[in-house]
Amino acid sequence: MLRYLLNKIALLIPTLVGITICAFAFVRLLPGDPILAMAGEHGVAPARYEELKQQFGYNLPIWEQYARYVGEVATGDFGVSISSKRPVLEEFKTLFPATLELSFFAMVFAMVIGIPAGIFAAVKRGSWFDQSLMGTALVGYSMPIFWWGLLLIIFFSGYLGWTPVSGRIGLQFFFKPITGFMTIDSLLYGKWDAFRSALSHLVLPAIVLGTIPLAVIARQTRSAMLEVLGEDYVRTARAKGLSGARVIGVHALRNALIPVVTTIGLQVGTLLAGAILTETIFAWPGIGKWMVDSIFKRDYVVVQSGLLLIALIVMAVNLIVDVLYAVINPRIRAA
Amino acid sequence: MTQTEIAPMAAGSPDRLTGLKTFWHYFSVNRGAVIGLFVFVLLVLAALFAPLLAPYAPDIQDKTAFLRPPAWQEGGSTQYLLGTDPVGRDILSRLLYGARFSLLIGAVVVTLALTGGITLGLLAGYFRGWVDVAIMRVMDLILAFPSLLLALVLVTILGPGLFNAMLAIALVLQPHFARLVRAAVMAEKSREYVVAAKVAGAGHLRLMLATILPNCLAPLIVQGTLSFSNAILEAAALGFLGLGAQPPTPEWGTMLASAREFILRAWWVVTFPGLAILITVLAINLIGDGLRDALDPKLRRS
Repeated sequence: MLRYLLNKIALLIPTLVGITICAFAFVRLLPGDPILAMAGEHGVAPARYEELKQQFGYNLPIWEQYARYVGEVATGDFGVSISSKRPVLEEFKTLFPATLELSFFAMVFAMVIGIPAGIFAAVKRGSWFDQSLMGTALVGYSMPIFWWGLLLIIFFSGYLGWTPVSGRIGLQFFFKPITGFMTIDSLLYGKWDAFRSALSHLVLPAIVLGTIPLAVIARQTRSAMLEVLGEDYVRTARAKGLSGARVIGVHALRNALIPVVTTIGLQVGTLLAGAILTETIFAWPGIGKWMVDSIFKRDYVVVQSGLLLIALIVMAVNLIVDVLYAVINPRIRAA
Repeated sequence: MTQTEIAPMAAGSPDRLTGLKTFWHYFSVNRGAVIGLFVFVLLVLAALFAPLLAPYAPDIQDKTAFLRPPAWQEGGSTQYLLGTDPVGRDILSRLLYGARFSLLIGAVVVTLALTGGITLGLLAGYFRGWVDVAIMRVMDLILAFPSLLLALVLVTILGPGLFNAMLAIALVLQPHFARLVRAAVMAEKSREYVVAAKVAGAGHLRLMLATILPNCLAPLIVQGTLSFSNAILEAAALGFLGLGAQPPTPEWGTMLASAREFILRAWWVVTFPGLAILITVLAINLIGDGLRDALDPKLRRS
């Protein structure tokens, strides 16, 4: 197992180096002078220009600049945001829990509906339910989620007035973050109305972000179940006279869930890409909106480090999924 | 649903796939795929004949009709069937012209991604060794980033605009093709017919392009279809974020972006462009599902 893990990590090293090269190259590939680009329309005084050039190390040879950059990143120095003047890592730490909370609820939404629906569709294969579920799943899979979000706002916030249009929590609530999760923090402080406010802000974005994973999970669960239901051991279990629910719930489901778990893990990239759109629509203060805002503010230090941090997260999660997969399924380890 | 109608066939025999008739037989079994194809043909026609079909030019503004609701709603008129946008342009006309952009995006992106992916995949799978390692590491790297994020960053470098958005999306989608081609080439390379061609004296280029590639086409066609719809979605997302096609281009995502502030006042400005995107993407995905069933013997319903 340890060998498998080390092997996996070794394979990631070239990707890791590549990611840092990409992030490093990003600022240098921007059209024009990077310092002038960052300064934007206001320009910069010649003396300050030289000073910045020294500070960012643009006068050094390119490989030395890269070595310097890797050194900085390795010691946790991700630069200082041009627009907010705060360290990028600090901003990231305050914003990331918002994205994490949103993604968590989106995944819960997708799994709680997707897995049972997929199982039921497989058991009732070819039925009315199966056909309409697969049809709906394909619609969900084809959904432009930025539009889906706007539609939900029109209906639930505009027409019915049930949910707020944007943000994470009502403006009247303010407390010092403990975990950074509004739903948990509000409970820790014992404020029920704040908790309700946080939940009502969370519902629509979580549905929007969870839609594509929901479609993928439902389809994957259905096909995995169909495959397993045809296996000999399921037939044996049936022949032994076990109840239908037990055969499906214990014998079939446990085996069918392995590919589903992998699919769920692989949705992380989709979630983070979706978070860019979802957070923009709902003004959700997470890292997706942070990236888009920074692009428009020409805060390229944030874009550069955000790109790096997000790629690292995706990589780490994929590694965890791989390892979990190997833990569940010993056949993978041997290979 | 109609499983019994399918005649039992030797699964996996590639010569069976050559007949267009066989293909259509399998494709048409899938009702969804046929509907998808029908909708797609309609879209192509709408795009081709947009100037004839559209009641107005896409950029003409009627200063007397801002945010006019669609014809069936109170205050609407048959003059503007789907209503007008905040500057008095006919939404129906803009949607019809927008079909041109979406189909163009899909076609250009898939062509670019296919060309790049086939070239790299062939090289990697055929030569193996360090060429393979170098190419596939770069592909892994591209896949390490969430696709939309990478496209966003690339557009930031290249500058916003429809063409740059297409380039960025093609680059992001291309590793899927490269991986697919590489895997297929590796599987085919040791087959007897390839060895035979090699013995007969075929050069590298001939072996790669004329002998091996045609036998890897089925998965590529399916992936190409799915990428077509992906490209449309991603381009619309970039347009929506303000980094794709720029206003006043009647691209659907861009239309949505400029309609955003009116969502609570004029539902139609937001609803129709998004519906157009959804219908297009859904139709293409339906076709993709049908193609997969028809072209991939392993997935064929038995």
